[in-house]
Amino acid sequence: MAVAENETLQDVIYPKEVGMPLLHKAIFLVLLSFLIVLPFMVYPVFAMKVMCFALFAAAFNLLLGFGGLLSFGHAAYFGGASYVAAHAAKVWGFTPELSVLAGTLSATVLGLVIGSLSIRRQGIYFAMVTLAFAQMVYFFALQAEFTGGEDGIQSVPRGDLFGVIPLQGNIALYFFVLVITFGGILCLYRIVHSPFGQVLKAIRDNEPRAISLGYQVNRYKLMVFTLSAGFAGLAGATKAQVFQLASLTDVHWSMSGEVVLMTLLGGMGTIFGPLVGAAMIVTMQNYLATFGAWVTIIQGVIFVLGVLLFREGVVGLLSRLLKRRL
Amino acid sequence: MSIVLKAEGLTKEFKGFVAVNKVDLEVEKGTIHALIGPNGAGKTTFFNLLTKFLQPTAGRITYQERDITGMSPAGIAQLGMVRSFQISAVFSDLTVLENVRIALQRKRGESFDFWRSEKILSRFDDDAHGYIEDVGLGEFINHRAGELSYGRKRALEIATTLALDPGMLLLDEPMAGMAQQDVERISALIRRIAKNRTVLMVEHNLSVVADLSDRITVLARGEVLAEGDYAAISRSPAVIEAYIGTGDE
Repeated sequence: MAVAENETLQDVIYPKEVGMPLLHKAIFLVLLSFLIVLPFMVYPVFAMKVMCFALFAAAFNLLLGFGGLLSFGHAAYFGGASYVAAHAAKVWGFTPELSVLAGTLSATVLGLVIGSLSIRRQGIYFAMVTLAFAQMVYFFALQAEFTGGEDGIQSVPRGDLFGVIPLQGNIALYFFVLVITFGGILCLYRIVHSPFGQVLKAIRDNEPRAISLGYQVNRYKLMVFTLSAGFAGLAGATKAQVFQLASLTDVHWSMSGEVVLMTLLGGMGTIFGPLVGAAMIVTMQNYLATFGAWVTIIQGVIFVLGVLLFREGVVGLLSRLLKRRL
Repeated sequence: MSIVLKAEGLTKEFKGFVAVNKVDLEVEKGTIHALIGPNGAGKTTFFNLLTKFLQPTAGRITYQERDITGMSPAGIAQLGMVRSFQISAVFSDLTVLENVRIALQRKRGESFDFWRSEKILSRFDDDAHGYIEDVGLGEFINHRAGELSYGRKRALEIATTLALDPGMLLLDEPMAGMAQQDVERISALIRRIAKNRTVLMVEHNLSVVADLSDRITVLARGEVLAEGDYAAISRSPAVIEAYIGTGDE
């Protein structure tokens, strides 16, 4: 208590900056410049896949890393939105931006409903309830008429943006996807750094204390759950445009597991961790595809090593070493 | 003198075990009221009942003549009745400044505005600085709270609580696990903040509250054993027996 007390602890001091720190601005700028030239260096569809998963992981990280809530059913919003977007584009003839919007809205509503029922439970029970609901969505996708069962919804037209700009070409679609995912990630950044985000982090750190300060924590939890589901839906709906496909893989429980993996590997509760984690996992799956079923095993080994060697994830570790929030 | 907080016949049963049995308590406005008792006396349960972290089996609680028995813990905090915790309760990943701002932010009402920049919170910075300086943490303002020493965490917790400007403070063993010099510092702080507020504190040791409290209620086995000022309490044979009988003091 006394100020004269010895400085025995290694103190972490964050520089006080108003608004977005320069470091974050710089990282976002470098990232954006890199993404603009990326489709001319690698296969654009691969790059788009990475970006969709980066947004998905960032949305999931909003809930886990900043809200302290581990959902094990985020595939429901990601996959659910991709079905709605695919159906809207193929059957209703929606333009790309409208089908993505339809997918996102449906995931948001689904998140609001499932969230309001799940947040009454805590910890492992919360995770199990979210998983149970996600399984219900999976079986719905398997059985319902419009979802195409085992086949999913195939050959979804890419359409014309606003009905005028054709997105059939990979490069044109790439920039459509870039705007959505990069914009989505910036929105998530703003949410984390809003008055709401501050209370959210307080609840994550110490829920009883936040209650004792007069915050109705369940309302914040529901809000973050709904937002997270909405952005996961945005990612899923965009992915349906990229692959012209909505399939059972996207609503399967293993997809929920994969996003947990990406977030933890990159660093939960960091801004850039989920992006790094998503890039790592998708790249690995892509380049190790020739190993077939071994990919899962290699992925598992990397995860175990990651947890053993750097528990806070790649970016989490960097953040600790640099003593900066990343 | 007016009664701020009143409990009537407050009872809590856990599966046949009565932890708190028909306890009546009246806390006068502007006083420091201590609630003491040996281990297992039901202090913490009673405290959690008052702060609504537990729902009573029977009984009634009124705060400023308002029935709060059925209210949520966040609800009573909004009325100005704020509790502390036995283990230090800070938001460990936030900085000292951000911790205090969480409390000041309450003045805006609920913070559901996720689309706004946190820049608008800088208007609370000056106030926050004041509260932080007050508890002697001025030089740690941008430190991550989780890395502060135990005593400083407690100081930060008090600064955060004061930032809410509560009418009544409920402190759960504020001196638990503290070195002697810290106990004196916190005692002085409690005395200072009690000037225009009501304080109800739970303590284990009678000696700690001796010269701090205006009134003392002794709990034992879930019931009120004695009540009065320190002089009366320390001479009460029932109290001496309860403490010595359990080998506590």
